[in-house]
Amino acid sequence: MKNIAEKLTNEEYEKNFAELHPPLTQNSAATEANRCLYCYDSPCMKACPTHIDISSFIKKIATGNLLGSAKTIFKSNWVPLTCARACPVQVLCEGACVFVEKGEKPIEIGRLQRFAIESYFNSYKPQLFSKEKSNGKNVGIIGSGPSGLACAAELSLLGYDVTVYEANKIPGGLNTWGIAPYKLRQADSLKEVEFIKSFGVKFKTNTKVGEDISFNDLYKKHDAIFIGIGLGESTRLRIPGEDLTGVVDALDFIEDVKNEKWDKVSVGKRVAVIGAGNTSIDAVTEAKRLGAEQVYVIYRRGTDDMSAYDFEYELAKSDEVIFYFKTMPKKITGDNFVEGIECVKVKLGEKNEKGKRETKVIPNSEFILPVDMVIKAVGQNISNNFINDIYEIKIERGKVVVDEDTFQTGNKKIFAGGDCINGGKEVVNAAYDGKMAAHGIDKYLNSNKKSAIIR
Amino acid sequence: MADLSTNCGGIKSPNPFWLASAPPSNSAYQNCKAFEQGWGGTVWKTIGEPVMNVCNRYGGLDVNGLKLAGLNNIELISDRPIERNFKEIAEIKKLWPDKAVIVSLMVESKKEAWHDIVKRTIDTGCDGIELNYGCPHGMSERGMGAAVGQVPEYCQMITEWVTEVSTIPVLVKLTPNVTDIVYPARAAKKAKAHGVSLINTINSIIGVNLDTLEILPSVAGKGSHGGYAGPAVKPIALHLVSQVARDKEVCLPISGIGGINNWKDALEFILLGASSVQVCTAVMHHGFRIVEDMIEGLSNWMDAKGYKTLDEVIGKSLHRIDDFGNFNLLHKTVARIDQEKCIHCNLCYIACDDGAHQCIDLTPVNGHNKTVVREEDCVGCDLCSIVCPVEGCINMVRLDDGKEQKTWNELVQQFKNDDKELSWENLAEFQKKHGIVIH
Repeated sequence: MKNIAEKLTNEEYEKNFAELHPPLTQNSAATEANRCLYCYDSPCMKACPTHIDISSFIKKIATGNLLGSAKTIFKSNWVPLTCARACPVQVLCEGACVFVEKGEKPIEIGRLQRFAIESYFNSYKPQLFSKEKSNGKNVGIIGSGPSGLACAAELSLLGYDVTVYEANKIPGGLNTWGIAPYKLRQADSLKEVEFIKSFGVKFKTNTKVGEDISFNDLYKKHDAIFIGIGLGESTRLRIPGEDLTGVVDALDFIEDVKNEKWDKVSVGKRVAVIGAGNTSIDAVTEAKRLGAEQVYVIYRRGTDDMSAYDFEYELAKSDEVIFYFKTMPKKITGDNFVEGIECVKVKLGEKNEKGKRETKVIPNSEFILPVDMVIKAVGQNISNNFINDIYEIKIERGKVVVDEDTFQTGNKKIFAGGDCINGGKEVVNAAYDGKMAAHGIDKYLNSNKKSAIIR
Repeated sequence: MADLSTNCGGIKSPNPFWLASAPPSNSAYQNCKAFEQGWGGTVWKTIGEPVMNVCNRYGGLDVNGLKLAGLNNIELISDRPIERNFKEIAEIKKLWPDKAVIVSLMVESKKEAWHDIVKRTIDTGCDGIELNYGCPHGMSERGMGAAVGQVPEYCQMITEWVTEVSTIPVLVKLTPNVTDIVYPARAAKKAKAHGVSLINTINSIIGVNLDTLEILPSVAGKGSHGGYAGPAVKPIALHLVSQVARDKEVCLPISGIGGINNWKDALEFILLGASSVQVCTAVMHHGFRIVEDMIEGLSNWMDAKGYKTLDEVIGKSLHRIDDFGNFNLLHKTVARIDQEKCIHCNLCYIACDDGAHQCIDLTPVNGHNKTVVREEDCVGCDLCSIVCPVEGCINMVRLDDGKEQKTWNELVQQFKNDDKELSWENLAEFQKKHGIVIH
């Protein structure tokens, strides 16, 4: 990079990456839990993609039954600490809280869930779930992100021998590598991994399917396969200058930051992030927190069109991010290093059949924004992956096609869930997919079983 | 502004709010501070026999995070030397001639002891005496307090010892720890007391420590029953006050006590016959300052309702207490849910379905549930509107026009007149005639 932002002191880094929402104390959790109305068939539970029995777990916090509270949560969701801290609760459970309709502040469900789960992880961790007798069948899970973890945990308790294959050296997928550190630290994600490990799930890290081990080997070795590999690399911008030094993929950048060795991550003095989704906001606020002096978001449509949540947009604004809306990058300039980004203003038209507004370039509106770093955050692809070579698996619009109840792919032995089937949603959606897929697999491998497990 | 002054059994005060005989009225410092902030009177913490206290003395009952819904104590009467108390009482009375200063007394059940302390109390210049026959712990084991209050004959005898020498009004404080509070109240009347104050605290164990398994409050590992007070006892106190107020033999002025937390609570006691009220737990929780709102709230209510003096309000609701047998069986109300106000918590549904009469339906509409009352099945019990967290969302709507009237007593009489048995069949016939369906 031509101009690298000055490194900060450790204190400054820690301050910049301090968690946005501190944990509740025992007292404040009890007070908040008591404020909950304990609704019946509650709207918050319906709004949660994993359908956690929220009013029950909150009631249990109120009565001091913290172990029971954690168990209620785990019953529906195997990565609840990550969800508690990374879920967009404003648009899910808390957005559905009846207090909102009453014109009052919703219950802080996310923070209460964090309190219950952390209380469990900080306790002597008594066994909460009993495992069914081994059924002699084994399942291979590709990817240790939220869907893979959920599927592994559920299958393990159902009596399966489960092995998770993870390309990275540290497991957890996006929970470990893709969530802004001021929301969730790596160590917290790993607590969930350890918890699931304690059920007897085996993790093979540094094992990339298609490179370190062939998919065919796995296919032969296991009675069923679950694929939870998420999405691949970021979509290319397809503009000149994309290969200059200083142009990076948002996910690589975010992953670098997740190592929590802040001074080892180089960031330009002036940084432009292309795209206005939630990943863009993570990238841009992280760049700012690493010491970038000027940070920009460049997006070709308007505020109403961007996929970033309102609270993420607000966070970026409070981090002094400058937004260039209705602006399209045309060219990244510079010889070897990024020196600037040439943009052009666009006019927005009517919405097309995908619900996106058409863009029309305004002639002679080009301008150059001098920057030292460009972060690409315009979506991800599922391409360049072993999955494309499995002929019975159908991929439509970049998503693996599965049965909506069983999560079975075109190949009866292969199941899939998470971002690779939904194109990129929340951790909580992946957690649900993985759990449901486990039951799909159980139904497939154990079709004579009379009833589903009741714990 | 309405006139809040009152006269309770000959004891006059500028407003009906008195400190109860308890820790807040323990000393000159406290009583002086209370008067400065507006309290109309004080019942000085009971003086009498030599005692020594222990620690811990109090235990609190929290309900769903609400602190001190109830308070229990094992504190005894004043543990300060009696001479010091007399001196401070005299000083306070001199400083505050317009306020009511009542002194609570408790000594051994000996005539001479009572004669002596009554005379010395009168010498302080105070306005009245309250006899502590209610203290349920510590003193009762020594033959005092509740040990006297629970036996009408003792109550009468000792009250007579006091009234025969007293030149100032005497209130008898009644314990609720009896089967029928009317009997000790009548005993007080027979002994020429000028009024009764009730209720004293209720026998209680506030709780058990789930870590140590000790009884609370724990005195180095040991515990005992104590006296229970605070907001949670108010309904019991209201009932007992009304019982004494309605008794035709008692006919004494009442100082109401028990869980009074604010002006509304106080007003309820007054409407059921109290001409003054005494407060302890609320002050122990929040301090003397609460009296400002009490005075203001009561006064504003009286102004809004057009009452000029407290006398117009005292006992105003008593005539509405009646026997169950005189209630109109044909009065019909049903619950109606205002769908505009409903927030879809479904608490009315689960309360009705599990806890009452299964007459609310839950229908999924647009991702949430719609709760609808089946009016033909609704028994008008009011549970749904009680549990509803939204003000005015569930209303009990009257369906009868009040023209038809049949009480249980009338119905039984009618059966008798018609030479009919009181049987399920005959009752069903009556219900059928009036469209009452029991399912």
